[in-house]
Amino acid sequence: MAKDVVDKPLLLRVAENARLSLTEAEIKKFLPQLQEILKAFSKLDSIDVEKEQPSFQPIKLTNVMREDRIKKCLSQEDALLNAKNKKGGYFLGPKVV
Amino acid sequence: MAKPLSLKQFVAEVKKGNISIVEHTEKILAEAEQSNQTYRYFNLIARDSALKQAKEIEAGIKTGRHKGKLLGVPISVKDCICVKGIESRAGSHILSGYTPLFSATAIEKAKAEGAITIGKTAQDEFGFGTFCNNVGIGFARPLNPRDRKRCCGGSSGGSAGFAALSKLTHTSIGQSTGGSIACPASFCGVVGLTPTYGLVSRYGLIDYANSLDKIGSLGKTVEDAALLLEVISGYDVNDSTSLSEEMDELGSVNPSNDLRVGIVKELFKGCDKPVQKECRKAIDKLEKEGATVEEISLPLNAKFGIAAYYLVSTAEASTNLAKFCGMRYGLHERLEGNFNEYFTKVRSKGFGEEAKRRILLGTFARMAGFRDAYYLKAMKVRTKLIKEFKQAFANIDVLLNPTMPIVAPTFREIEKLSPMQQYAMDLCTVPANLAGLPHASVPIGIHEKMPVGLMITADHLQERKMVQAALAVEGLR
Repeated sequence: MAKDVVDKPLLLRVAENARLSLTEAEIKKFLPQLQEILKAFSKLDSIDVEKEQPSFQPIKLTNVMREDRIKKCLSQEDALLNAKNKKGGYFLGPKVV
Repeated sequence: MAKPLSLKQFVAEVKKGNISIVEHTEKILAEAEQSNQTYRYFNLIARDSALKQAKEIEAGIKTGRHKGKLLGVPISVKDCICVKGIESRAGSHILSGYTPLFSATAIEKAKAEGAITIGKTAQDEFGFGTFCNNVGIGFARPLNPRDRKRCCGGSSGGSAGFAALSKLTHTSIGQSTGGSIACPASFCGVVGLTPTYGLVSRYGLIDYANSLDKIGSLGKTVEDAALLLEVISGYDVNDSTSLSEEMDELGSVNPSNDLRVGIVKELFKGCDKPVQKECRKAIDKLEKEGATVEEISLPLNAKFGIAAYYLVSTAEASTNLAKFCGMRYGLHERLEGNFNEYFTKVRSKGFGEEAKRRILLGTFARMAGFRDAYYLKAMKVRTKLIKEFKQAFANIDVLLNPTMPIVAPTFREIEKLSPMQQYAMDLCTVPANLAGLPHASVPIGIHEKMPVGLMITADHLQERKMVQAALAVEGLR
């Protein structure tokens, strides 16, 4: 972990994956901050967790299955209430091709 | 001025016909509106819907329809918790205009007991902050009720600030991911209760990190906060991580002075000396009252808690926030360019600085080539940290440590801190949150005229012990 240093090309790749466009000022600000954060987090290198399972939840959960019953849900009209870009009862999105 | 009636006293007076709910709602709305000009505790004050609800309840009482545990009690609600028909933005510009079509289960439960939502409280954007300083674009940061140069603490800052400032009966629904109820409760001098992960349904919560988020309560007293927590807890079919345990009568628990108490030595060491001193004084008194006190060591939580928490929480946040893309709800732009160009434009405009920072950090931690070393490693460390807590709880009932290492800092002091230095301030609250353990913050002392909070952590689902201990600590004042 300690050997991984975030540089500008990596930061831009991360931003692209996150669908964020960073200004030069943001890059200048975020880069050293993320480097400082990851350096501090590299202390995790010193703890041995080879035998541990990851805890995706903090408390043991039992799987539950609900009854498969038809019930009332959001109407199409209501689902579109918060959307500004819509057409003919559908969400209108940016072009795909 | 006399202390406001407790929730129970208030409800009793309402039932006797000695208090008009409509008049009380009018009064607290006026107080919220007036104080908001200076302190900015609310992102939105729901005057019309609150008064409508108050009138309905008052009419219902006369016909015997309304009887609830929170009859006519005004509640403020953190902005990230959905309330039907009331703009809910989680403190973010990217959710501008979003008006939920349904209420969170916690809100429905409170409403069913007669509570009235008076508004949405200020918070760090999506909960991303320790000081309620990282508010979204166009939002105002709330000011500490004791000193306006200082912060309220985050991220449920508006809830804690108004709970402290209000002179009327009121309680607040907050939310914690890494300490967002305990921290502002400590900085503002009120009580904050965070339940076991899963005890309160997260349905209707605009999530930050789904394996960490917990809805909880804030109030002037332990009893008030415990009663609200009792009301909002319980199984919910709409949340797959909801627990089946009930917390009946949590608001009627008696204090216990003979608890076995563990003092977390590493967490004490990381705090400012005056804060340590105030907490020690309270613990000494508790011991004199009959508690068995011993020192407990949690070295792994103290050393690795912050790193594990921030990797897990930002990784989850970066996926949770992927849905905010300028379609369906919230901020929209003119439809131009392809999918990626459009999403990127909306997200770059809508997210504030700290949101971007955490999305970047979390995206990095989950990326191919880094995932095992960061995200997965943090999840495994989390297992080890939970085990360390479980060992400690084999011999003790509750753990005690200062809630925050400092008293509420000034905004000028906060500006000098780097993001990593700010994250490090969560030293004491992060471990219990990462482990999903119930915890309380109770005001116990004063330093620099600012409140100091003591944090009480219990084992999973031991909310009763947490409240028993919190009442005992509160009784020391």
